[in-house]
Parts: sequence; structure tokens; C-alpha cells
Amino acid sequence: MSTDNGLKSGSNLEKVLRAGHFAVTGELGPPQSADPDHIKEKVGYLKGMVDAVNVTDNQTAVVRMSSLGASVLAVQEGIEPVMQMTCRDRNRLAMQADFLAAHALGVRNMLALSGDHQSFGNHPTSKNVHDMDSMQQIRMLKDLRDEKKFQCGDVMKGCEPRFFIGAAAAPEAHPVEWRPMRLAKKVAAGADFIQTQLVYNLPAFKKYMEEVRKMRLHEKTAILVGVGPLKGPAMGKYMRDFVPGITVPDDVIARIEAAAKGIDPEDKAAKQKAWRAEGIKMCIELIQEVKEIEGVAGVHVMAIEWEEAVKPLVEGAGLLPRPVV
Amino acid sequence: MQRTGECFEPQLTAFTCSYCAYMSGDTAGAMRIQYPATTKVIKLPCTGKTDARYIMSAFEDGADGVYIIACPIGNCHHVRGNERARARVVHTKKLLDQVGLGGERLDIFFLSAGMGESFAQAAKEMNDRIMRLGPSPLRMGGKEVGAGEAGEQKNGGDETGEQSVEATQ
Amino acid sequence: MIVAEQKPLEEIKGVLGDAENVLVAGCGTCVTVCLAGGEKEAQLMASALRIASRVDGTPIEATDVTVQRQCEWEYLEMIEAEVEKADLIVSLACGIGVQTFARHFPDKWVVPGLNTTFLGQPEEQGIWTEQCQACGNCMLAMTGGICPVARCSKQVQNGPCGGSEHGLCEVKRIRRVDGVPVMVKGRGGRMMPATEDVECAWHLIHDRLKEHNRLDLITGVQEPKDWTTSRDGGPRRIVREDLILMDEE
Repeated sequence: MSTDNGLKSGSNLEKVLRAGHFAVTGELGPPQSADPDHIKEKVGYLKGMVDAVNVTDNQTAVVRMSSLGASVLAVQEGIEPVMQMTCRDRNRLAMQADFLAAHALGVRNMLALSGDHQSFGNHPTSKNVHDMDSMQQIRMLKDLRDEKKFQCGDVMKGCEPRFFIGAAAAPEAHPVEWRPMRLAKKVAAGADFIQTQLVYNLPAFKKYMEEVRKMRLHEKTAILVGVGPLKGPAMGKYMRDFVPGITVPDDVIARIEAAAKGIDPEDKAAKQKAWRAEGIKMCIELIQEVKEIEGVAGVHVMAIEWEEAVKPLVEGAGLLPRPVV
Repeated sequence: MQRTGECFEPQLTAFTCSYCAYMSGDTAGAMRIQYPATTKVIKLPCTGKTDARYIMSAFEDGADGVYIIACPIGNCHHVRGNERARARVVHTKKLLDQVGLGGERLDIFFLSAGMGESFAQAAKEMNDRIMRLGPSPLRMGGKEVGAGEAGEQKNGGDETGEQSVEATQ
Repeated sequence: MIVAEQKPLEEIKGVLGDAENVLVAGCGTCVTVCLAGGEKEAQLMASALRIASRVDGTPIEATDVTVQRQCEWEYLEMIEAEVEKADLIVSLACGIGVQTFARHFPDKWVVPGLNTTFLGQPEEQGIWTEQCQACGNCMLAMTGGICPVARCSKQVQNGPCGGSEHGLCEVKRIRRVDGVPVMVKGRGGRMMPATEDVECAWHLIHDRLKEHNRLDLITGVQEPKDWTTSRDGGPRRIVREDLILMDEE
């Protein structure tokens, strides 16, 4: 397989980043059914807007079409997947088997995750796996690609799975002071790119990036900042109060709240419209600001159950058209 | 199936500590306050010694109801023995529910030494409750139920001061 | 110690079958200390079974006996006479004791009276917490005496993951009292188990290593764990040749 031009995987995302473009990734949640049209529909919103889409792996521990299957459908629909794989559902055998299958079926980006705990999802009585953690999964992906070695040490005969290896980072999770170090560990393990947890707190993220730059991690990995438009004040408060690793400053919530000022409180549709418009505007501004931070290589747009927002966001941030590399 | 009414004389077992609680019984006696004569009093060094096994034994041996008389909360001579007794009563009530006797047949009262009337009131309350519930299922067909009076009952009148777990639940 | 808790009486009654002579067997070691299956509990259980059977109208004989350790057959040998008389044994030992019973008295039927819950420590009077999973390959030297295998919800080896906030894990524990989940009204009025906070083991590890100036211990990528020493290698066995008695010549 191609190590042409020194590319690790040859994925579009890798090429975009390699060419020095500001990368944009999106998110595609597979259906809770066997319906392929669901994916086609979502791809319709995302195609041409992003360089690759994350295909989630039983996100929030709710059973969905597998990330492998949905990634292959995405490939068929002409959009590049970043296949997510959690350590929750697979041991090292199953993970490697799916890596082989994914590569054979045209998937070129893989994102290693520990996975949401099953207690959050719709099968809370299940047993989790956690044979390895995400750090070890990254290392395994790298060894498969660069050493042609299975995790057990056996050398592979034949074509090895070559992925552009992704990892997650939560800059604001606790203990905050350890987060740059944990990123360093992921980079050392072999992460080619990083997608962060949703960022709303710009000052906190800037501080994190300062540490990251001191450790020169941004030179070794491509950091894509997680951004997502707020649908309204309630969502902001929910993120602030209930999602670990996300802080939402008061001024952010105040601003989106103010968007509905002057609108008849009874007119829910009008309020929602105003909030959403403001949410998109705020997100565009955030993208523009993080773009200026040294060491930020792109954004990962998470428009949760709001795929239609991706186009106005990316367009508004001046990131269209997406580069063809 | 239950024999209630005049012909049923409840057998009650009261566990008391040897301090306030037992003395409240003495006080009741000294004041000549009448209370149901159906109660057998067993003295413990402290109600902290209350053991679910004692309670279960009492029922196995024919009691229709069991109650604990402890010092007022905060006034235990062994500091927190009465609190332990209260926790064990709550726990044993659940066990009594599970075995089919019913947790209502067990309770705890907190009395100070001078509260003779409340001592009598506790006895009356338990007696009335067991009269209502009928004999312990373990005694059904038993021979202890006499034809005599259901005990002379005299209300001490003072209904304040003591609090039962049953009442607070 | 091994921590256990009693099964609901209803469940125990359900596995007694038509036994008329039941022996409730307590164990004098771990389950005595965690107040689940010692002498007191065995006496109480026997009493409860007697009463319940009388109330149900099919009285059984239930007696009790307690040995120092049910997991060692030498102790079980001492109660052969009691066991002989019984047609069913309710063992109030951990799962090890139940199995030793079954193995040592192959013609007797033994049922567990406890759920063996975990290896843990008494946190305070009446509260126990899990500390060890007996993975067979102790990594506490690296983690400052705080076990991520037993105490991290995802057994992360390179933590803390992104779900750590204010020293707490994002995963909540189902709140149980006497082994039973406490139910509360959830969103939409549906009854659901109440939960309680769990400390993030990796946050504790981080803070402790920092305190001891030993954060260097976790800056490297910890290799995937070898689970062959854990249950994943199949039922485990230890052989100590220095202790094995040779056959007499």
C-alpha cells in the first residue's frame, strides 16, 4: 500500500492536513436500525462541507449500526469516514480484526476511544470489555501500520492496515493540569491527529494550547478543536452542568439567552429560531478565533442531531470550498 | 382465621435498658399507673444490646408483639446505644415482613426515668395494636389464648414525650 | 477481606425445595467481619427460616452451626455430624465456602445464602467498598497504592479519561441498600435506580503521585495488561513446591 509521498494512510484528511490546509471534520451518527438511507440522507448534508466525517461507534452506549458498516456505506456514498472504535465493546482480537476489515473496505482514518460507559446507554446491564484502553489502542494501530505487527508481536504477512490514527482529548476534564501530559502520552503512542471535546470556553482552551505548544505537541500531531453550535440556553446549561470536561462560561450563556430578547416569550418557534441563528453565529466566531491559535490545525464540527447547521457554519467561517488534494 | 376480640390476650415482650427505660416502669408502678398486664419485661444492660436474634426468639417462643424501651435519644448512658437499637428495630421490622409476621408487631419507644405514664401508654399502644392485628401466626392453634379479661387498661393520659418508630415512618 | 451480603429471604426460601431439615452454616472469617454470614447471622437466618416456614404452614427444622473457615475442608470435617442430619445446607459463606461444602460433602445439596460481592475494605461502620479485583498482576507500585483495575469504571491503564470532573467519575454507581437498588422517580415519571457518586481512581492516583513527587511513574504509555493472570486465563491455581508434602517413600 501507498507510503507514497511519505503519507501514512493516504486519507483525504491526512492529505488536507499535510498540505497545510485548515481541516474540517464532521460527525455522522449511524442509525438505530439497519436502514442505509439514513446514512445517505446525513451524507447529503455533509458532503463537500467537511474533509471527513466521524462515524460513531455505539455512541452514548446506545446500539446502532456498527461503525464499520456505516463507514463502508459512507465510503460508498463518496464521503471519507473517520471510523470510531471504542474499547468498551471489543477486545484486542476484535479490534484488530475490524481494523483489517475496515482497511480492506476502504476506510483510512481510525479514531481510538475508550467509549461511553454502558450505564449511560440502552443496555446498562451488559458487561463491558476494556481489555485495552484508548492509549494502548493507538499504539496497536501504529504498530500494525508501521511495524506490520499484531499486538501479540506476530509479524503480518501481506497487506497491513494503514490508518491515519486519531485520538480524543478533553482539555477541560480534571485534573486540568494533567491534560497536556495525557495528550503527550497519546502523541507518544502514535496519534496523528486529535479531536478535542467541545470547546466553549476559549480562555481555558488557549491556556491549554499554551502548555501544548511548550511541549511542542502541536508539531507532532494535528489538533482539531471540537466545536458545536448551541441550540439555545438550555443546551448550554446542560453542557455546563452535566457533561464532564465541558465548561460553558456565563457570558456565552448570557449571549445566547439575549438572542431571544424582545421576542414574545410565548412564541416558541420564533425564540428557537433566534437562538439557533445566534448559536451558529457564535460558533462561526469561535471557529475564526481558534483558527488564529498557534497549533490548531482544524475544527471538528459536532452539530448534534442538527446536520443542517454544518453548511452555514463552515460557509460562514469562510472554510468553503473544501480543498481538493 | 384470626382470633381477635375479647377472648384474645396478647403476649407482649418488652426489652428495656437498665437505666431510664426500666426506671420508667418502676415509676409507673410507684405511681400506681395501670397498664396491660400482658407485658413481660426483660432487662438489658443497654438497648444497644438489642439483637435481632432476641426479638426473633421472643416471637418463636410465642410473643405476639415485641417492643423496646430505650432512653431518650441523646440521653443514652452508653452514649448511642439507643440509636443502635432504633436502627436494629428498623432492620428487624423488614425481616419480620419477610418471614410473614409483619414488622408492625415490633416497635421502639424512648422514655426517661420519670415518664411512668408514658411507659403505661407504650404498653397500651402495643397491646391495642396487637389486639387489632390478632395473635401471631405462630400461635394460631396454640393454647395460650385464655378466656380471661384482655387486661385491665388504664390510659396514663400523657401522649407526649415518646415517639415510636412506627409513628415516625 | 471478602465482602458479601445476604440474599433476600424469599430467594433462599425458593431454593429449599422440600427439605425438612435445613442446616444454616455460618463462616467465622471474612463474612463474620462484614456481618453477613457469621454465627449471629446464621442463628438469625435459621430462626427466620423456621418462622417463615411455620407461617407458611409447612414447618421445617432449621438449625445452625458455624465453623472458623468454610473454605478449608479441615473445618468442615468438624461438623460432619450436623451435616449428616440435614437434607439441605444453606451456606452463609462466600462462594468459596459454598463450593468447598459441595465438594467435601458430595451427597449433600448446598445452596448459597449470600451474594459474594467483592474484595474490599470497611469504609466506615456499615459501609464497604471494593478495592481489589485479584487480577493477579498487581500494578499498585505504579499507581501509588490506588487500583485502577478495581476502582476505575473502565479499568483504564493510562488515565484519567475525559470523564473525570472534580475528582469524580462520570459513571455513577447504582445506590443499593441491603443489596436492593433504591428506586426513584426519573425523568418522565419512570421509576429508575438512584445513583451515587464514585471517586475517579485516576484523579486520586494523579494527586497522590504528585504529592509524592512521583508523577514520572505515569508519564510513559502503560503497555496493554496481560490478563492471563486474571480470570481471563481461566480458573487460576497456585503451586508452591516448597509447601507441597511429598508422598512417603
